Amino acid sequence: MEPSIEPKDMKRRARSLWEDAGMFLVFAVMFVALAVFVPFFFSVQNMIGLALSVSMVGMVACTMLFCLASGDFDLSVEGTVVLAGVLCAVVMNATGSVTLGVLAGLAGSALVGFLNGAIIAKLKINALITTLAMLYIIRGVSFIVSNGSAVGIGQESFFQLGNGALLGLPNPIWITAVLFVLFGLLLNRTTYGRNTLAIGGNQDAARLAGIPVDRIKIIIFTVQGLVAGAAGIILASRMTSGQPNSSVGFALDVISACVLGGVSLTGGIGTMSGVVVGVLIMGTVQNAMNLMNIPTFYQYLAKGGILLLAVMFDQIKQRKG
Amino acid sequence: MSNQDYLHFHGIQKAFPGVLALDGIDFGLREGSINALVGENGAGKSTLLKILSGAYAPTAGHLELAGRPCQFRSTRDALQAGIAVIYQELNLVPDLSVEENLMLGHMPARFGCIDRAAMRKAVRVELERLGEHIDPTTKVRRLSIAQRQMLEIAKALMLDAKVLAFDEPTSSLTEREVRKLFEVIRDLKRKGCCIIYVSHRLEEIFELCDAVTIFRDGRLVEDRKDMTGVDPAYLVSRMVGRSIENVYSWRPRPMGDFALEVEGLEGRGLRGPASFSVRRGEILGFFGLVGAGRSELMKLLFGASPWSGQVRVNGRPASYHTPRGALGHGIALCPEDRKNEGIFAVRSVAENINISVRRTFTRFGFIHPRQEQRNAESFQQRLNIRTPSLAQPIGKLSGGNQQKAILARWLSEDIQVLLMDEPTRGIDVGTKNEIYSIMYELAERGIAVIVVSSDLPEILGVSDRVMVMREGRIVASVDRADATQDLLLRHALPQSEAQAHA
Repeated sequence: MEPSIEPKDMKRRARSLWEDAGMFLVFAVMFVALAVFVPFFFSVQNMIGLALSVSMVGMVACTMLFCLASGDFDLSVEGTVVLAGVLCAVVMNATGSVTLGVLAGLAGSALVGFLNGAIIAKLKINALITTLAMLYIIRGVSFIVSNGSAVGIGQESFFQLGNGALLGLPNPIWITAVLFVLFGLLLNRTTYGRNTLAIGGNQDAARLAGIPVDRIKIIIFTVQGLVAGAAGIILASRMTSGQPNSSVGFALDVISACVLGGVSLTGGIGTMSGVVVGVLIMGTVQNAMNLMNIPTFYQYLAKGGILLLAVMFDQIKQRKG
Repeated sequence: MSNQDYLHFHGIQKAFPGVLALDGIDFGLREGSINALVGENGAGKSTLLKILSGAYAPTAGHLELAGRPCQFRSTRDALQAGIAVIYQELNLVPDLSVEENLMLGHMPARFGCIDRAAMRKAVRVELERLGEHIDPTTKVRRLSIAQRQMLEIAKALMLDAKVLAFDEPTSSLTEREVRKLFEVIRDLKRKGCCIIYVSHRLEEIFELCDAVTIFRDGRLVEDRKDMTGVDPAYLVSRMVGRSIENVYSWRPRPMGDFALEVEGLEGRGLRGPASFSVRRGEILGFFGLVGAGRSELMKLLFGASPWSGQVRVNGRPASYHTPRGALGHGIALCPEDRKNEGIFAVRSVAENINISVRRTFTRFGFIHPRQEQRNAESFQQRLNIRTPSLAQPIGKLSGGNQQKAILARWLSEDIQVLLMDEPTRGIDVGTKNEIYSIMYELAERGIAVIVVSSDLPEILGVSDRVMVMREGRIVASVDRADATQDLLLRHALPQSEAQAHA
């Protein structure tokens, strides 16, 4: 036991609050500032637009959180999004059935995730390389299936999925919100979620603690594929077509949002509330820059800068702790 | 202070946020002497070594070297002043060769290119001087821990280090390697080096050291310039601040039927089929040199690597091939390498305790936070786990408290057989005692406990019976009444050496 100088309870409590809610405070301050200074920002219409714009990243961030928390990576999600959209469109056109199209998209993307997980868990191949290879493969498959161009969809009822609304809010926002809650519960309140964090914290120890490590990894990646596929299908519905060229850089957007939300890239640390904040910060900054008519080229600079700042902020926090 | 001191610590203080790790440390060390630093974990020994090596700057006070005050701003400064600290976890680059490691940072160059020939020659000379016959082009990855340690010493000597500090240098060496290390250290002493020796193994200190400095809670409690009148019991009592009558305090216990019977077990790390059995309530020791296959045997029994043969738990045949399967039969393992195989350093203490048992706390697939909290709290109290809070990341606790948390993890489960691999490695004397008490309590409750240890006094102290392993085989089973250090060692040593030893 080491002697303590003297308990400074107030200070410690303030610090722990800052550590737990630091990013949220940053977001809140930013949000209020934007609401005050940027015209139209805090309008109902813009708020809905903002939520809609982050819905894709938000959905996939839910499962990316699990992936990162378990100490792995998934670069293939942008390919999965595209593949699901294209498969869905092609099958729908061929069969005339919306259900079959959606099922085909989901099945294809779940298979991609399962393969990722199986290769990483069973063959012990690095996740970065596995999912990068998978990304090339499924991009290729998407081009082959679609002949390299957008596949238009004829089923009007399918567009309802991405463009319809409930109580004034577009469907994708509802779906994203449900996923946030669902995966938040999974992470905190089920053995699946806790084991995921344990595997990221120390894989060998996890195995020796009786956790079925391989099985959980395969589940994590399969669910990741499934959710990315769902996001791809919703995107296809909003764009009324499956677009093989879309979503370049999407995986990195998702990972950035997670990191911004305090998820550790080495695994073992991550919270759902953090990820929500990360997603919102990314989306809000972009939204505000659009409102202020800042050209897209400069927006990239801002995005990169924010990510760097967030990571440095996290480092400083950890060094103090 | 005395003028003979080569190195002197003047009123060293080191404060971390919320903690005074060292306070008012004031003592000196002479040339040509071996000085022991002893104290429990957290007493401040490591912090002092880090200040010596320039890794930390003291909050107050300073060092004096050969009569001149000095301030190190980096480890490089300290090395240049002739101070080398050889840590338990060695600082070598595994994928570079021996020579590259030794010359790292000061490779001889000619016209901007590395002069390999000169480098090799210098390295060879230095290694020969230490009596090591290692090819300088070998990759460090392929060397044993003992050889790597010699490299660290060679590295220090090549920089003309005058002060050498060793932090737990023998924790993973075999008996023979320890002998050799001691010879080298004594030789350094004869050459006039000033040596600091940190170890938990008190017998080594009495064998090797000329002086001893005792730390407790960040303060210096005693500084002895010679070892006359000092005995282990005295050292321990000064270290923990109370006297510990008998560290092991073994008592006879009733035993039941066989809890675990192993017949013809084969698998990775074993060179022949292993057969043994252990009764309910028995503490069975496994002794052997490093590499004798003890840890491998434990890993097999825990299903961490594939095995063949017959295992019966409580008389019923058991077949499993994963740790999860082993747990299903009530077999659990506290691994040797706590940091890498036991704890989840970034996760909380509570999380570390509940990680395995929580599957039984679930309702409709959801875990039960209150039940988990209660479980963790009850074990915190029962095992006296010292932590500011159960939400604290476990990586910040001392080794002893981490071990207790791992014990709590398994005690939460309904276990029949507990395998403990090096249960007290790197754990201070006071906590060791508590770990032994927990072991006895478990045995009294009818659990079969298997203890693997390289620490002979510990094996003799806690076991009801000792199995000795040598070169991947079980070679002897010795009852407590017959077990002596000599007998166990004779069985454990390779046969050619055993004859030499006798």
